[in-house]
Amino acid sequence: MVKNTFIFVLLVGFVFLFFNLFADFTGNTELNKLAGHYAESGHEEVGAANLVTAVVVTYRGLDTLGEVTILFLSAAIVSFLLKIETSSTDDRKLRTTSEILDTASKILVPVIFIFGIYVFINGHLTPGGGFQGGAIIASGLVLILLAKPLRQISQKLISIVESISGLSFVLLGVAGILFAAGFLDNKILSLGEFGTIFSAGLIPIIYIFVGLKVGAELSSIITNLQENQNEA
Amino acid sequence: MINLLIAIVIGILILIMAIVAIHNKNLVVGIIAAGAVSLFASILYLLLAAPDVAMTEAAIGSGLSTIIFFYVLNKIKKQNG
Amino acid sequence: MENLSLEIVTLITGIALLLIGIWGLLTQKNLIKMVIGFALFDTGIHIIMVSIGYVKNRTAPILDQAVKTNQAAEKIVDPVPQALVLTAIVIGLGITALMLAFVLKMYQKKKSLEINNFNDLKW
Repeated sequence: MVKNTFIFVLLVGFVFLFFNLFADFTGNTELNKLAGHYAESGHEEVGAANLVTAVVVTYRGLDTLGEVTILFLSAAIVSFLLKIETSSTDDRKLRTTSEILDTASKILVPVIFIFGIYVFINGHLTPGGGFQGGAIIASGLVLILLAKPLRQISQKLISIVESISGLSFVLLGVAGILFAAGFLDNKILSLGEFGTIFSAGLIPIIYIFVGLKVGAELSSIITNLQENQNEA
Repeated sequence: MINLLIAIVIGILILIMAIVAIHNKNLVVGIIAAGAVSLFASILYLLLAAPDVAMTEAAIGSGLSTIIFFYVLNKIKKQNG
Repeated sequence: MENLSLEIVTLITGIALLLIGIWGLLTQKNLIKMVIGFALFDTGIHIIMVSIGYVKNRTAPILDQAVKTNQAAEKIVDPVPQALVLTAIVIGLGITALMLAFVLKMYQKKKSLEINNFNDLKW
């Protein structure tokens, strides 16, 4: 009874807090100063047509590095926690996968992987980027595991892709200090013609590494939580 | 104007799905409803002119996170029986 | 109805979703239900942040034929909250996976998902 009253009081407190925060919010009609600067000079300073990509990779690039690190840590802790348990060796009869799922996965998985790669290569021109592309690649892996639940995914390959792309991301950032204005600056390469695929300097290359790293980390989380992978 | 109507309908659907996700006794129904909340939220992001966020939410929120919940539920059921 | 605009509707939806998430987190006894409540809480915060960055009658922050570079500041919405939420969603998946791994470990110890059975620190 005391507990329910406490929960009720807490929820009412939250409602009060949010009401005070947003009571005079009537919607924006123009951009604030920072966003106005990004909108006006983003195409000259960075050269990316997608301004969200410009903010994620260049203006706030250090935050992205920290974010990818958090994702790496959580993937590492998940695999650490689930590794020690005893691998059960019961040979349960798995229901055979239907012909449709089997055939469709054979045809669709390469297409899904290519679509993921397209999404992160074109991240500076169209909606999308490394995070979305990595998630799409991990979804392709889920389709493989749905069609063939007993198939073993090589953890070694995942960890090699993950470490190489993470290392390249940091090295490209350090190269920005040496050859351009600062950490993760994209003007090492020329900015190129605005709106074409070879433009925006280093952004497509950095986003390829971010995409591979995110894809490898999400794949590692999924394979660690799937029941038929060898836990030893 | 039509965007506003769509947003109101989607908002009500999100809240119904969220209450189902918390309140239903069946865990499988709860997980599916939580995935549906993410899917409707990605439509809201599209209305709010954020296609990047909508893509991420559709791929991660309703795809991968539902699958992860089901994998864990399967592991728990396997240890139980 | 006059001052009800798109961003106000989505803001109210986000706040309500956040409150439902907190309510689920506090009242549910099942560990997996608590993780679901946390995921709803996460989605609510993301909807609030994107609504605050919206600007009336403007389009997505992507420069192409529809939005020329010299008039971008009058035509696009705020890109900064979108970039924040983009990365926050991916982190949210990592946190959910981490919490589910802990749930699995706790289930192996006690063979139960009830939160009331985990009273080792209670006296």
